[in-house]
Amino acid sequence: MEPGEIHALLGENGAGKSTLMNVLYGLYQPDEGEILVDGKPLKLKGPSDAIGAGIGMVHQHFMLVPVFTVTENIMLGAEQIRGGIAGFLDRRRARREVTEVSERYNLRVDPDAVIEDLPVGIQQRVEIVKALTRDVDLLILDEPTAVLTPQETEELLTVMRSLKAAGKSIVFITHKLGEVKAIADRITVIRRGKTVGTASPEASRDELAALMVGRNVRLTVDKTPATPGEPVLEVAGLVVDDDRQIRAVDGVDLTVRAGEVLGVAGVQGNGQTELIEAIMGLRPALAGTISLAGDRINGWKPKRVLRAGVGYVPEDRSVDGLIKEFSVAENLVLDIYDRPPFGAGLALKPDAIAASAKERIEQFDVRTSSADAAVGTLSGGNQQKVIVARELSRPLKLLIAAQPTRGVDVGSIEFIHSQVIRERDIGTAVLVVSSELDEVIGLADRIAVMYRGRIIGIVGPDTPREEIGLLMAGIGPDAAHDAIAAPAADKPGAATAVDKPAAADGGPASDAGSASEDEA
Amino acid sequence: MTNPNPQSGSPDKEPASEAQAAQNALGNTERAEVATEPDRSVAKPGPEPEPRPSLGRLFLDNLWAANTFTVTLLSLVLAIVVGAVLMIISDPDVLSTYSYITSRPSDAINSSWTLVSEAYANLFKGSIFDPEAFSGWLNGANGWQAVLAPISETLTYAAPLVFTGLSVALAFRGGLFNIGAQGQATIGVIMAALAGFLLPLPPGLHLLVAVLAGALGGAIWGFIPGILKARAGAHEVINTIMLNYVATYFLTWLIVQNGVQDPNRTDAISKGVDSSAQLPRLLGDNLRVHAGILLAVLATWAVAWLLNRSTLGFELRAVGANPDAARTAGISVTRTYILIMVFAGILAGLGGSNMVLGSTASALTPLVVAQIGFDGILVALLGRVKPWGVLLAALLFGALQAGGNRMQSYSGISLELVTVLQALIVIFIAAPALVKAIFQLRAARAARLQTSLAKGW
Repeated sequence: MEPGEIHALLGENGAGKSTLMNVLYGLYQPDEGEILVDGKPLKLKGPSDAIGAGIGMVHQHFMLVPVFTVTENIMLGAEQIRGGIAGFLDRRRARREVTEVSERYNLRVDPDAVIEDLPVGIQQRVEIVKALTRDVDLLILDEPTAVLTPQETEELLTVMRSLKAAGKSIVFITHKLGEVKAIADRITVIRRGKTVGTASPEASRDELAALMVGRNVRLTVDKTPATPGEPVLEVAGLVVDDDRQIRAVDGVDLTVRAGEVLGVAGVQGNGQTELIEAIMGLRPALAGTISLAGDRINGWKPKRVLRAGVGYVPEDRSVDGLIKEFSVAENLVLDIYDRPPFGAGLALKPDAIAASAKERIEQFDVRTSSADAAVGTLSGGNQQKVIVARELSRPLKLLIAAQPTRGVDVGSIEFIHSQVIRERDIGTAVLVVSSELDEVIGLADRIAVMYRGRIIGIVGPDTPREEIGLLMAGIGPDAAHDAIAAPAADKPGAATAVDKPAAADGGPASDAGSASEDEA
Repeated sequence: MTNPNPQSGSPDKEPASEAQAAQNALGNTERAEVATEPDRSVAKPGPEPEPRPSLGRLFLDNLWAANTFTVTLLSLVLAIVVGAVLMIISDPDVLSTYSYITSRPSDAINSSWTLVSEAYANLFKGSIFDPEAFSGWLNGANGWQAVLAPISETLTYAAPLVFTGLSVALAFRGGLFNIGAQGQATIGVIMAALAGFLLPLPPGLHLLVAVLAGALGGAIWGFIPGILKARAGAHEVINTIMLNYVATYFLTWLIVQNGVQDPNRTDAISKGVDSSAQLPRLLGDNLRVHAGILLAVLATWAVAWLLNRSTLGFELRAVGANPDAARTAGISVTRTYILIMVFAGILAGLGGSNMVLGSTASALTPLVVAQIGFDGILVALLGRVKPWGVLLAALLFGALQAGGNRMQSYSGISLELVTVLQALIVIFIAAPALVKAIFQLRAARAARLQTSLAKGW
């Protein structure tokens, strides 16, 4: 790492990126090898040593206390104390420090805001400020964009650029090729715990992807135009509350037809989860109707909905999709274990379960040591394949896939996408919910954008991503259209002016300025 | 790490779930290493956000994290060593020899050895095999019954513990902590006894009805916390503890009621159970072992089948391991919770039946249930919440109790020492890292963690 450099660390899930960075941050102890800082070997016993050596880290999952204020979170672990032995917390000084740092690097945060009230993008900013108040020279960002909207991502990239200008070095961990090309000075690709190459940001997306996966991959989803048939899922006026009894879905109308993919785009937490859970019978619908192929399914139990021919890939596989302690074979029959041939009366048929598991492991290319291996030992991509295999191996009318490729490596994404399209082509209605805009655009025949519990617009897949991005931020369809058109007219060739490599691959190269204004 | 789960054809076969739970519990160090292992072609995911495990879950994971057999055995050894120290400390005569240990160490060593070895010899003779009785039988000094007496005692004590142990283990597998086996057994004992002396039924049928009445009593006492948990979200630990009290005091009250209390007695004891409702003795009237142990083995097999080979067991294990995923897959978590508690109650109720229909007692007294419900928790943990493991653990606890009686009368060692031993065994088993650290097991995670810390980079 050089001072003032942004170094991207690229690799599939499970390639060892996070592990490496955790070693660098002192969380794990290396078995062999050493870390050199300014030419001197460095021994880290814990994160405090790392911070002492000028290394800061923003974790993929924020390490913030939700009920504390920004200031309190930032002072956590480095509490300023006044009053000698009495040890009062010096909140005022900490607050001053926070304000100072956030002004110096142009990272606007309200030091008195409570974390849980802040949007994810701002929470991340708090994490960055937290690292910066510790006087670090090297900042590690572990998959920082996984939870951000395109606009928030663009803002983050701007922040990274200004940090770079201030002489800080940044290690940027991601598996999103577009961002890497947009910001990195140098790219290191890791695969299965080994450095497989370094690349310059001029390398093409395909080259980088091939380095990551170790073979050539197709990044776009090949599909023929849809041939929509009868409506299969019809949702009208649906109202659903979330766990805190707060309105999450507020009057949603949706229709999904046989043989088409309806993509629901939106920043996470805008009611997508609750919408799907209501359809699956996991959450009560307070108003409105849900019908499946003409049958009103409001109030049906999940089992009945599943039996009626709905396949469901839940958004959080480790919580809702799989039982980690169960074997691959058991997980493959998780929702049909009591149906012939797997169960007869009260008895399970282990032989039938094993036989079908073997078949499906082969068919869906699940990489596992055996069908008896616990699913928790598989990589994220293979775990997801287990769920997809389970849901697609019975006849379906409707497939609901929520975040079907979250935390899944490039190779598995390709496979899962092709399976979804294959299901569409045999006439199943498909509802895909994803916070990855690329995924929605790639898969969907129509895109519904959800914002604050409502469908704010339904657009075609050829709509520019900037427009969809603005819809995701709550700017209505017409306004969004105008907002895109205006700066483009002001600055001819804005797309190329912003950032050359980013524009070339159609990455999140929306106008940074207008985006942050919209955010504010 | 060896697989703690030998592949066998028995219904107790746990398809990989233990081995894998162990892997989960190994945590980050292991994960980091696995990523570099060449034979793992499938890359491991990075540290995922684990849902915060509940205390009980953490406890179970720890149980499974170790090579079960080794740790169990070593825990026994450790408990015996600590027990020996306690014996020495609590014996004033032996302790006094330690005051001059520097001048005559042989005194201290010899007296300690005599005390401890005799005590443990008596523990063994009282529970498994007494060579003197054997030679006595060869000489004709006593009958064959004396040879089998220790085993008979062990089995008698073990039988109810098998039931309560299974009760707790079954609930554990379903993600519930059934502290209420004691209360369920108490209601079971009441129902079984009432059926045993109130219903005039022919032999055979009478026994069957009495046993089933006990099971029904337990089922009711399990159903209450089950439905409270399922419908109102009330925590089963709190409710089962409270219901334990209700059951205990109900028993105390009931015994002295007209029609229940033995009319010839003034103290708190009920009428005796008719002989037609008593579990038949297996080895003649002189040995206490009764058909309860056979029922216990049958119940073990049934629970093993239920857990591993039935759709109901699949639901139960799914709900226990991940209720969210189970619900998403269409399993009714609330219904499963109720069923789990009812089954757990039935098992504990059967354990209760054993206490009054077997040879331990034939009438209700306030202490008729002894501690079988609470001991059942220890038995379940010692048996790693697996049915056949529970059976073995119950046999061990039965042996400790049977042997403890002899130890008390022959060596003058208080019976409470046995309770201490039981507790120590479970404590050591629950802390595999401690056991491994003490014995410096190379393969142990704790040991490896230490070495890597010691050598730094």
